[in-house]
Amino acid sequence: MAEHTTNRRPGPHGPGTPRGGFQKPKNMGKTISTLLRYVGRSRWLLAVVAVCLVLNTACTIGGSYMLRPLIDECIVPGDYHRLARTLVLMACLYLGAALLSYTYARIMVRISQTATHAIRRDLFARMQRLPLRYFDTHTHGELMSRYTNDIDTLTEILQNGLVSLLSGALTFAGVVGMMLYLSPLLFLVTVFSLGLMLAVIMTVGKRSRRYFMAQQRDLGEVNGYIEEMIEGQKVIKVFNHESQAKAGFDARNDRYRRSAASAHAFAGAMMPAMGNISHINYALTCCVGALLSIAMGLDLGALLVYLQYTRQVSQPISQVSQQVNNILAAIAGAERVFEVMEAAPEVDDGEVTLVHVRRGPDGALTEAAGRSDGWAWKKPDGTLAPLRGDVRFEDVVFGYNSDKTILHGISLYAKPGQKIAFVGSTGAGKTTITNLINRFYEIGGGLITYDGIDVRDIGKESLRRSLGIVLQDTHLFTGTIADNIRYGKLDATDEEVRAAAKLANADTFISHLPDGYDTWITDDGGSLSQGERQLLAIARAAVADPPVLILDEATSSIDTRTEKLIERGMDRLMAERTVFVIAHRLSTVRNAKAIMVLEQGEIIERGDHDELIAQGGKYYQLYTGQAELS
Amino acid sequence: MIKKLWPYTRGYRKWIALGVLCSASEAVFELLLPLVMADIVDTGIPAGDTGYILRRGALMVLMALVSMALGVSAAFLSSHAGQGFGANLRKAQYDHIQAFSFRNIEKFSTASLVTRLTNDCNMLQMSLMMGMRLLVRAPVMLISALVLAVSISLRLSRVFLVAMPLLLVLIGLIVKHVSPMFSSLQERTDDVNLVVQENLSAIRVVKSFVREDHEQEKFRKRNDALRATAERAFGFVVMNMPVMMLVTYGTIIAVMWYGAPLVQSGELQVALLSTFFTYITQVLMSLMMVSMIMMMLTRAVACAKRVTEVLDETPDITDAAASSGVTAADGSVDFDHVSFKYSPDAEKWNLRDINLHIPSGATVGIIGATGSAKSTLVQLIPRLYEAQEGTVRVGGRPVGEYTVEHLRDAVSMVLQKNTLFSGTIRENLLWGDENASDADIEAACEAACAAEFIRRMPAGYDTDLGQGGVNVSGGQKQRLCIARALLKKPKVLILDDSTSAVDTATDASIRAAFRTRLPDTTKIIIAQRIISVMDADLIVVMDDGAIADMGTHAELMQTSDIYRDVYQSQQEGASLDG
Repeated sequence: MAEHTTNRRPGPHGPGTPRGGFQKPKNMGKTISTLLRYVGRSRWLLAVVAVCLVLNTACTIGGSYMLRPLIDECIVPGDYHRLARTLVLMACLYLGAALLSYTYARIMVRISQTATHAIRRDLFARMQRLPLRYFDTHTHGELMSRYTNDIDTLTEILQNGLVSLLSGALTFAGVVGMMLYLSPLLFLVTVFSLGLMLAVIMTVGKRSRRYFMAQQRDLGEVNGYIEEMIEGQKVIKVFNHESQAKAGFDARNDRYRRSAASAHAFAGAMMPAMGNISHINYALTCCVGALLSIAMGLDLGALLVYLQYTRQVSQPISQVSQQVNNILAAIAGAERVFEVMEAAPEVDDGEVTLVHVRRGPDGALTEAAGRSDGWAWKKPDGTLAPLRGDVRFEDVVFGYNSDKTILHGISLYAKPGQKIAFVGSTGAGKTTITNLINRFYEIGGGLITYDGIDVRDIGKESLRRSLGIVLQDTHLFTGTIADNIRYGKLDATDEEVRAAAKLANADTFISHLPDGYDTWITDDGGSLSQGERQLLAIARAAVADPPVLILDEATSSIDTRTEKLIERGMDRLMAERTVFVIAHRLSTVRNAKAIMVLEQGEIIERGDHDELIAQGGKYYQLYTGQAELS
Repeated sequence: MIKKLWPYTRGYRKWIALGVLCSASEAVFELLLPLVMADIVDTGIPAGDTGYILRRGALMVLMALVSMALGVSAAFLSSHAGQGFGANLRKAQYDHIQAFSFRNIEKFSTASLVTRLTNDCNMLQMSLMMGMRLLVRAPVMLISALVLAVSISLRLSRVFLVAMPLLLVLIGLIVKHVSPMFSSLQERTDDVNLVVQENLSAIRVVKSFVREDHEQEKFRKRNDALRATAERAFGFVVMNMPVMMLVTYGTIIAVMWYGAPLVQSGELQVALLSTFFTYITQVLMSLMMVSMIMMMLTRAVACAKRVTEVLDETPDITDAAASSGVTAADGSVDFDHVSFKYSPDAEKWNLRDINLHIPSGATVGIIGATGSAKSTLVQLIPRLYEAQEGTVRVGGRPVGEYTVEHLRDAVSMVLQKNTLFSGTIRENLLWGDENASDADIEAACEAACAAEFIRRMPAGYDTDLGQGGVNVSGGQKQRLCIARALLKKPKVLILDDSTSAVDTATDASIRAAFRTRLPDTTKIIIAQRIISVMDADLIVVMDDGAIADMGTHAELMQTSDIYRDVYQSQQEGASLDG
């Protein structure tokens, strides 16, 4: 894997960069319709929400309107009976409004959590099916942020944004209707100030967007610098380079401070601007209303109600103006999530499967349920062929990118039970070959067969179950040591786990740990040394007991003495199996039946150790230390 | 917490004060508007006084404009103060980290330091900004609205006596209930992210063991738990709004009921009654706002804790015992009964009773298995860690008597895990000596066997390395790091397994160059390959934190079992790698 991951450069955003702040979605319509599919699963609940919203708006507006009869017909004339009746009516309306608003908000929580739960589930499921090529071209940080940032923003918007947008629109429509009903003339004043608000939103919004982009850029730079300098902190100390590192930071920190201050100043100015335009509107309405009341006899109650509405009408506008950016960001985030879901999965149309078989007295194979006499390939027509571990490459051509071919027409043949070793410098294509056997990548030309079957005809699950791999970079999962070994065979008994650990010589260090096999591992096994982690990885492959083994630099971090200690275990592990070994250390590959020396994607020499030494070529040079291996 | 962070507002306190003032006055102006409105309705309309109405109207517009100016200024001031505070805080942390020792850094882990400098700082500057705008506004609004309400009608204001405590209690109950839910929500979220994170980094393991379904099952459990917790937490949060609506509306109705007789008796005018509603809404809204801000601040407090942890960390290697003028006389290195452990609480010593004398100018090789503490030993020389027992001397003086700067100028070390920085090759080499001439640079690269491949690069010494030196191979990177260390012209040069990716021929010519070009420099070489140390003046064999054997190659072949073992295992395999 180390051979092609150099493209995993840190993304343009540091870890702290709020993603998607001002990115506009590319294909809004499609994203929204996908989103609707998720939300639409709760369509009955959505209908309830819609009804609640409409009723709630009606109750709220109606409640405010009650002020007019209260003032004109009850308080001013002093009619207490009527006052009591009207107040009870008003109380009912308000109570209804409160209950309705709780109902729809609570339902929205359910709807949004259900939708994002499903999105997370589908996203993760799809991620499991994506080809490795996808993970090579996307950084972990990038994919992680689908879960952390993008889905979070989406939940937030589904839970609050959507409803407040809808209720805002409804309130706005309702209030405008009531205003027109109360006094069309006064509404002219309102129209004027609403226009003013829109103008402010447009101009300020445009400017603040520009500042925000500058802020994002500077933030990315400051975060990137921090990352690099903190990671290189030890080198900085060894070289007394602290003051230069400080100076470089100060410049970037200050640039970010300036641009962020401007960006937030503009965004922050929006709220008081909106609020006070609404106050001006209030003042003008009050004035004009008073004049109307004198000139045309507008009743006092109507004027006071209108003034209350004035406060309500501007709220949705400033609400929406604040939400628009969030909504756009959420849709852009959703789009990125759906992009991952739409990425093409690994091709897996092989129909040959791997089955356990029992060998009858006459040598005939029958399918068996549990672990038994051995493995066999089951062809689509139902015939069984025993698994032997015969792997052949015929003129295989491959490149990770279409413009750069890594393997140029490789042909090789691994006899069942043979140990085959690959030797060559970094980038020669050793790991690539093993990546092709288990079909991590699709080949560009040629043919790879496994017991005479084209690997493309074998179901991926079956293919990979038949191959055990110990990778150069060991990855462990949070859980106990036993859990991690058991990853190779989920139903392995404690005895099997222990036996595998013993085989890999891991039992010794495990029993020295405070909780032995139950020791909890976190942080990718950070508390274990590189060598110990490799021993665990070997145990993990051992417990799986696969017919074919691939060891990619499996012992590179284990010192030569320990390697000697585990040699016997490794020999037992490798006995009777076809084994592919990649190693830097030539002592590891020396006893292989066939050694392939790779250079720039071609096999330049092949043979066993003695033959290759006798040839006096590249292998001889490597062996005697005349050539560089990295 | 605030007391600890307050110093970092330096330079922006005037802005904070002004901003708070602006926010507060804006709130007051906002509340005065309805009073003027009441004037118009209660005085202007009955009198039919158009002039009065227009004058009052103009006053209202003016007040709104002033309030707008105040509000916009508050926004500008608070964002400048917030960002300034954030920048100060980031700088303080960053500068403090520069003074950290290796032990300090390891205590935090790189990733967590980066988060503290980025996410946590951003959250805190955001909180200051929002706090200046909203947190100030809410209490001012609350108090002025109360004062105004009382001034309108003392009797009616009594409804507040019921409404306010009621709302506070209700909101308090909700918040109390919700906050533990939010911390468990955070845990559930972390669980989900952990599965994704591990799945991503181990995707090859997952695929090769065909554990996709197992992973999905793992994810499903956590995803379900997250959903259940989120639904419970947010289901509670959404009660906030309806509760506040109920209390507000209840109050309005009560005011109507009790207010009507007052209007009848002429004690209260109608429009003032309506003004009263406005105040009720404002007061209860600001209470709501406070409760919401409180929720946000609980997150900020967690960030502040993490930031102050960094700021409070005492750098454990300082110049306290150093005299500033002293520089190392020569390159001799002595270990005198030195014992060391990484964690002071650990029972086991990582290094036990090391005694070693290295004369100035000697070449010393160190050999030993993984985990035998070879690197630990040499890291004590430039005082990257401090020995708990015994004394390490450079140039005849204990390392603590030099300033860290002088000591590390004299002792140059090429780390095992080495880093190149973004920039050109030349810029990276200049780390060794800022004033190095082109000739110096070339000489150093010549000695490190790097000159030849640099010349072959398209832009030579001005080739851009990319972040982390991604544009050069492992062996080339190691040679650049050696050249960088050579440019310091150190008295002691330490190579910690620094030629593992270099072929033996190049390795040999680097060592030959050391011998001829740096005869007076003490060279300490840690290596996996015996061939790299065979010709050293002294070879130290480490085993489990102690010196097992010492001597020349010929002597060790006679006396040391471990040495012979390693030698033989490498001979038969001709190991080429570390």
